[in-house]
Amino acid sequence: MRRNQVAVVGAAETTKLGVIPDVSQIQLHADAALNAIADAGLTIKDIDGFATAVEQPQQICHYLGITPTWVDNTSVGGCSFMIHVRHAAAAIEAGLCKTVLITHAESGKSNIGRTPRGVAPDSLNGQFELPYGVAGPPSMFTIPVLRYLKTHGITQEQMAMVSVVQREWAGKNPRATMKDPITVADVLNSRMIAYPMRILQCCLVTDGGGALILTSADRAKDFKTKPVYILGTGESVETPMVSQMETFNSSRAFKVAGPLAFQEAGITHKDVNHLMIYDAFAHLPLYGLGDLGFMPHEETGKFIADGNTRPGGKLPLNTNGGGLSYMHSGMYGMYALQESVRQMRGTAAAQVPNAKISVCHGVGGMFAASGTVIFTNQR
Amino acid sequence: MPEPQRARPKATPETKDFWDGVQAGELRLQKCNKCSKTYFPPRPFCPGCGHREVTSFKASGKGFLYSYVIHHRPVPGFTPPYSIAVVELEEGPRMMTNIVDCPQTPEALQLDMKVQVKFEKIDDKTTLPLFVPAKG
Repeated sequence: MRRNQVAVVGAAETTKLGVIPDVSQIQLHADAALNAIADAGLTIKDIDGFATAVEQPQQICHYLGITPTWVDNTSVGGCSFMIHVRHAAAAIEAGLCKTVLITHAESGKSNIGRTPRGVAPDSLNGQFELPYGVAGPPSMFTIPVLRYLKTHGITQEQMAMVSVVQREWAGKNPRATMKDPITVADVLNSRMIAYPMRILQCCLVTDGGGALILTSADRAKDFKTKPVYILGTGESVETPMVSQMETFNSSRAFKVAGPLAFQEAGITHKDVNHLMIYDAFAHLPLYGLGDLGFMPHEETGKFIADGNTRPGGKLPLNTNGGGLSYMHSGMYGMYALQESVRQMRGTAAAQVPNAKISVCHGVGGMFAASGTVIFTNQR
Repeated sequence: MPEPQRARPKATPETKDFWDGVQAGELRLQKCNKCSKTYFPPRPFCPGCGHREVTSFKASGKGFLYSYVIHHRPVPGFTPPYSIAVVELEEGPRMMTNIVDCPQTPEALQLDMKVQVKFEKIDDKTTLPLFVPAKG
């Protein structure tokens, strides 16, 4: 795709984040959508393209009163929204629609009107993983960690710093769920979930949602918001079964999506001012730094432990506090995108001074899928 | 109401041979007749080259511990803490399993240690390929 032809002109999260027992999942979609539409200065009738994951487009379009000429329901886990951005940019460039709304919402904590997710006993996951006692992401996403640490010579203490640094970012963010500072000892002494991962290395479980509005860059200049341009994008999938990844030492989906986005954007790693790497668990930023090519995997643990991704560090990472400390309603990719947009608009709670390029990298399932979006505020 | 139990696999036409094998005390893998790739999970074509002629064969049941977690949360049919592991078989493919008949501790579960399949009968209909530390 061509660079900077499409821009984000509306972006918002649900009015409340965290525990929202008085709002259903579909209404969280609507709340986020209406907030984003107001942010863009549009009305619902201006939306002619729509994308979401888990829920079907007709559910949300009917609920909101949208008559689309283009829909996308790519649903590959938490990075679905990065992939929606990529697809929406292509659709807008191709003339299939003019103004795209992308929504995510999940009543992940309160379970109000939540779409059920299940594993059939005759699916491949049901036959070859479920009988061994896996029960959700904390018991599956974590299985590669010990191999990754051993291969790359990364210590558990270094990995614990991922949680410590992200809590430091969250402390600057009034909307973050967890704000109190923590230490490496706090992380390593917190309740064991799935050795080697403790509770402070696992994402939060919350309620919330978010929405984005995209249109052509030419139209974007007429909006009241500062346009945030799509500079480059990438996507891929690998396997629904974590046990069947090609290797636990890296993620194939990351290694396809990330470099595609960098290539399309025509930038090098030195050009990146701000980075989001979807952190469902504390090892994800390590994989991301390595697979996106910022450094060899062997250096990722030391890089974070040395403070390079902290406030004031040379590569600000997960500046909203991430899935570990900000919020995680089930598909966190939308919140990573929201933070990238805020950073590019200059409106983030923990703003990176003069940031011009933001890389937003997502994971779906247990390393099953990946989507990368590179934003800029310069055209 | 009966207590919730361990999840049982349900075979499909394409995986029946594998589960029949386990029931008979054999760990079966498949190999491509054209490019010789050995793969898992079962399917009636080669995921390496797309060739439709493949052969099922009895694997050695030997491998090494590739990675694992020790799960501390309650799951029907399991007593925490218990290991959820991925083993790499001598023939190449990896599969999820549990390492049993040893302490469920980081000290007893060392990456790269040799393991051997153990067929564990769950009920009259279901046997699962679990793994134990290899002897000697």
